Amino acid sequence: MNIVVCVKQVPDTTQVRIHAETNTLIREGIPSIVNPYDIHAVEAAVAVKESAGGRVTAITMGPPQAREALKEAISLGADDAVLISDRAFAGSDTLATGYILSEAIRKLHSESPVDLIICGKQSIDGDTAQVGPGIAQRLGFTQLTYVIKITEIDAPGRRIVVERQLERGHQVVEGRLPALLTVVKEMNEARYAPLPNLIKAAKYEPRLFDLAGLGLDRSQIGLKGSPTTVRRIFAPTPRAGGAIIADQSQTPAEAARLLVEKLQADRLL
Amino acid sequence: MAEHVTESIIEHRDVWIFIEQESGLINPVGFELLGEGRRLADDLGDKLVAVILGRDVDELAGDVFARGADKVIIVDDPVLKDYRTYPYRAGLVKLVEKYHPRILLMGATTLGRDLASAVATEVRTGLTADCTELGIDPETKLLTQTRPAFGGNVMATILCRLSRPQMSTVRPRVFKLPPADCDRAGELINETLAISEDEVPTKVLEFRAHTDHSDVEIETADVIVAGGRGLGGAEGFGLLRELADALGGEVAASRPPVEMGWVAVDRQIGQTGKTVRPKLYVAVGISGAVQHAVGMQGSDVIVAINKDPEAPIFKLATYGIVGNLFEVVPALIEALAGVERTSSDVSCEVVEEDG
Amino acid sequence: MAETARRSDGFDVIVVGAGPAGTAAAYTLAKAGIKVALIERGVYPGAKNVMGGVMYSQPVGAIIPNFWDEAPLERHIIEQQYQILSPDSAISGKHRSTQYAVQPHNRYTVLRAKFDAWFAGQADAAGAYLLTNTVVTDPIIDNGRVIGVSTDRPDGDLYANVVIVADGVNSLIAEKLGLRPVIDTVNMALAVKEIVALPRGKIEDRFNLEGDEGATIDIYGEVARGMVATGFIYTNKDSLSVGLGVILKDLVKSGLTPYELLDGMKNHPTIKPLLAGGEPREYLAHMIPEGGYQAMPKLYSDGVLIAGDAAMMVNGFHREGSNLAMTSGKLAAETAIEAIEHKEFGARAMSAYKTKLNNSYILQDLRKYRKLPGFISSRPQIFNVYPQIINDAATEFLTVDSVPKKQKQWKIWRQIVKKRRPLRKLLRDIYEGWRAFG
Repeated sequence: MNIVVCVKQVPDTTQVRIHAETNTLIREGIPSIVNPYDIHAVEAAVAVKESAGGRVTAITMGPPQAREALKEAISLGADDAVLISDRAFAGSDTLATGYILSEAIRKLHSESPVDLIICGKQSIDGDTAQVGPGIAQRLGFTQLTYVIKITEIDAPGRRIVVERQLERGHQVVEGRLPALLTVVKEMNEARYAPLPNLIKAAKYEPRLFDLAGLGLDRSQIGLKGSPTTVRRIFAPTPRAGGAIIADQSQTPAEAARLLVEKLQADRLL
Repeated sequence: MAEHVTESIIEHRDVWIFIEQESGLINPVGFELLGEGRRLADDLGDKLVAVILGRDVDELAGDVFARGADKVIIVDDPVLKDYRTYPYRAGLVKLVEKYHPRILLMGATTLGRDLASAVATEVRTGLTADCTELGIDPETKLLTQTRPAFGGNVMATILCRLSRPQMSTVRPRVFKLPPADCDRAGELINETLAISEDEVPTKVLEFRAHTDHSDVEIETADVIVAGGRGLGGAEGFGLLRELADALGGEVAASRPPVEMGWVAVDRQIGQTGKTVRPKLYVAVGISGAVQHAVGMQGSDVIVAINKDPEAPIFKLATYGIVGNLFEVVPALIEALAGVERTSSDVSCEVVEEDG
Repeated sequence: MAETARRSDGFDVIVVGAGPAGTAAAYTLAKAGIKVALIERGVYPGAKNVMGGVMYSQPVGAIIPNFWDEAPLERHIIEQQYQILSPDSAISGKHRSTQYAVQPHNRYTVLRAKFDAWFAGQADAAGAYLLTNTVVTDPIIDNGRVIGVSTDRPDGDLYANVVIVADGVNSLIAEKLGLRPVIDTVNMALAVKEIVALPRGKIEDRFNLEGDEGATIDIYGEVARGMVATGFIYTNKDSLSVGLGVILKDLVKSGLTPYELLDGMKNHPTIKPLLAGGEPREYLAHMIPEGGYQAMPKLYSDGVLIAGDAAMMVNGFHREGSNLAMTSGKLAAETAIEAIEHKEFGARAMSAYKTKLNNSYILQDLRKYRKLPGFISSRPQIFNVYPQIINDAATEFLTVDSVPKKQKQWKIWRQIVKKRRPLRKLLRDIYEGWRAFG
C-alpha cells in the first residue's frame, strides 16, 4: 500500500483572539501545532502500513516553517515527507488548496501509484472539512469521510471496508481503491513516538514541491484562484447568559415547569 | 478561470435548498433552510427551489412546498437509495449545470458536508461551511455568509463574488422551522440520473444505529446532561441518566466525577476532556470553572441547575435554576414525562399547480 | 576509554534540558561540529517557562554575537527601581542612566516562552538535535561512568561520551546521580508570576519610557506579610511581568497560597496604580534555587557535568540566574569539547569544568554571597521590621505638623531601638549583613 497522509500546521486555536480595536487576528506568539485530527490520520496510515506493508508519505502545504509538522509526522512513523510551499500559494481557499494538494499527489502518484490518501476530518482553524473531499473529487478517488475504523483492506482485490461515524450510528461501507479517507479522533490513539524516529525527524529535510515544480495553473491558486473571500472578521458576541428563571422561592415543580416551557419554545423537546 | 467566463454569459438565478432525507425521512435542517431561503429569495426576487434526491421520494414534495418552496426538483433513482457521495454528487452537479442556481444551501450535517464539498469542487465554486448567519448584501446582491472560525473565537463573513452557485452549509437549529402550509402549491419537476450501480465505487453494507448510550460519542450528541461534584457519587449519575433519557440526550461530566471514578473518562468535558457544542447542555451540580466552561460554552442553549446562586455557571447559562438538584432533577423528569413531543413531520399532500 | 556508543546514533554529547544552560551548551557544542542531542521535556523549549524575565546581554552575546538583532526581546532596561513597602507607604529609589539606552544594551526583558524557543532554534540550526516532549528519566551508568540517559520514549535509551545535566531546579538526574541531596525547602524559593496585559502607551506613560525602553522594579517589605520574600515588576512590550519569590519553607508555614501573596502585592497602594486596567493573561509558579554557594551540588563526575539551576547557580541577591546558566552551559560545553579532543571522559577530565567556573564570575560571585541565604533566612526582620521602621521614619519626618524637627528625629530613633529593634540587635544585623554581602 502506498499511502499519502495530509497534515496541516495550525495555530493553537484556543489562543486565537480578535484585536478589539483593529478587528484583526492576534496570531503573534501563538504556538503552531499539528492539526489534532491529522495526528490520527498519520497514526491510521502508519497502522495500515504496519499491517499491510507499504510506505507512508506525509504532505503539507504551508510556509517553510510548516516543515515542523512534517517532522512530527516522521517521528510518528511516516517514511517520507513533502513540503508544498510557494509564496504564490498564499491566500488559497479550500478550492484552491484542494487543487494544489491534488496536483502534488498526482505527481507522487506518477512516481509510484497511490492507493490510499488519509486526511483528518477537518482542521481546527478553518473547521471546513472541505479539502479532503476536494482532493478526492479532483483525483477521482473514492471519497470516504468521517471514518472511525478501517475494517478490511483487500489490496489485490482493490477494495477497502470502513466504518463511518454518522450522527445516528455507524455506517459500514465498502469502497474501491484508490480511496481518500477523512478520519475522526475516535479512530485511534496516536502513539508516543519512539526515540529513534524522533532523532530521524530532528534533522529530516522534506522534499519541496513549488509552483514551477508542480506546473500549476496560476489562475487556480492563491487569492486569484479562490472563489471565496473574507469580507470581515469580528469577535463573536459574548454569550448572553445569566438569566435565572427560578430560585429557591419557587418549588422544584414550578422551576421544572418554567424550564420545560422555555425549552419547548426553543424547540428543544 | 472557466467559471468566470461562464458567469458573464449565463444568468444565475434562484435560491436552492438541498433537502436531506434518509429512508424517506426529511432531516429538519432542510425545512429550516427553506424558511431562511424564502427570506433570501424574496430579497432577491428569486424563486425558492427545493431539490430532493433519493429513492421513492416523490411524496416528500408536499411537505417541502408546505414549508415555502416555489419549485421542487426530484431525482428518484434506485441508485440513490442510500446516501453515497458518488451518485448524489453526480445528480446534484447535473442539476446545477442545467439550471444555474444563484445560491445553493445544505445542512451542515455529515451528509451535507460530505456532499457539498464534492459538488463545490466539481462545479469549481466557493463553499462556506457551517454558517450561522446568512444575508443578502443590498448593493452587490451577494450572499453574505457568516461563520465561526478558530474554534469559535472569531467570526468571519465570507463572500463568493464571481463563482456560482454561492454555496453554504448551515448548522442545524440555527434557523427557525417555518410553519407548514399544506395549501401551498408549486411546480414539481422530475429529473433523471443516468448512473448505473456498477459505476458507483461504494456500497453500504450495514448501518448500526446507536442502541447503547455508551456507543454514542458525546461530541456528536444534540443533548448533553452533565454532572459535577454536586452529584455526590455514581448514584447521582443514575438520576442524571434518567434526565438524559427524558431529554433524549447523553450523560457527561466535569472533571471531578471522572477523577472519582463515578463516570467513564470519555465522558469528560472541559480543558482536559472533550469540547462539545450540543443544541442543549444541561449542567447539573457543576460550578462552571473556566476549565469546564471552555469545553461547553459553544453550546446553543445552556441550562444550569445549582444550589449556589454565585456559581460561575450561571453567567453562562441561558436558563438558570437555583435549587437543590436532588429536588429539581426529579421534578424535571416528571415534568418532561407529561410533555408531548413536538414534531416537524407534518405530512402534506402535493397540491398540483395549474398550468 | 570505555566503549562509546551502543546504538549507531553516534552522539558525542547529550544535553538534558533546553533552558538557557542546556541550550547554551548545545549551541556551543554544535558550533564546534560536535554531534549533540538536546533533550527537552516541554512540547517546545520555553513551554514550561512561559513568563517574563530579565536576560543579560553579555553572556548571551558571548554565545551568539549580536543576538539582539534577531532574538525576540521585549524591552531594554534603562531604569531599575527599588521599593520598600509598609502596609500604607513606600520608600523608593531608582537608578536610571542614558548609558543603558545605547547598544549593546546591558539587559532586556524577555518572554521566556518566546526567547527559549528562539534560542533552542539557534542551537538546532547550528546542528544540535533538538528532541522535545521527551523526559529523561535516568542516567545510564556503566562502571561508575555516565554513558547515556534513558528517556520515557519507546526504544528510548541514548548513549554519548558526555552528559550535560541542565534539567533545572528540580534536577532529577543530579539527584539520581547522587551529586546532590534532596534539596532542603529552606534553599528553595517559589516564584509566582503573572503576565498582566497592558497597552504599550500605558506602560510607557506609567514607567516614563520611550519606544523599547524598559524598567524593572524590585519590591521589598510588606508585600511579604512578614515572610522572607521579594517582589518584582518587569515591563514587556505590551504586558507587565508581576511576581514575587518566597522561601518555600516560610510559605508552607504561613498557610497562605502564593496567589494570595501576589494578590496582596498587586493591591498595595503604590503598586496598584501601575497595574490598573491590566488584564491578567497567564499565571505560573516556578521554583528558584536560593541556597547559593553552600547548597551547590558536586558539579561533575565521570562522564557528566551539571549546569545552571540544576547546579543551584543562582545569585539571589542580584536576581541573576539565566546569565549564570548560560555561562555555565557554555563552560560545560567547552569542557566537553576538550574531553572529546583528548578522548578523556573521566572525572579528572571533567574537573576542568570546575576550574573554568572558579575562574569565572559565577563561582566568584556565588562565593562572595555564600553567607547571604543563611543570613536572610535567620533574620526575617529584614523583610518585615526594617521596611516598617524605614517607612514610619519617613512618614514621621515628612509630615508637617509643627513638631520641631529635632524632636521628630528623637522620636524616630526611640521608635527604632525601643519598640522595634533593640540597638544591640540592630548593630549585629548591620555587622553580619555587611559580612554576608562582603
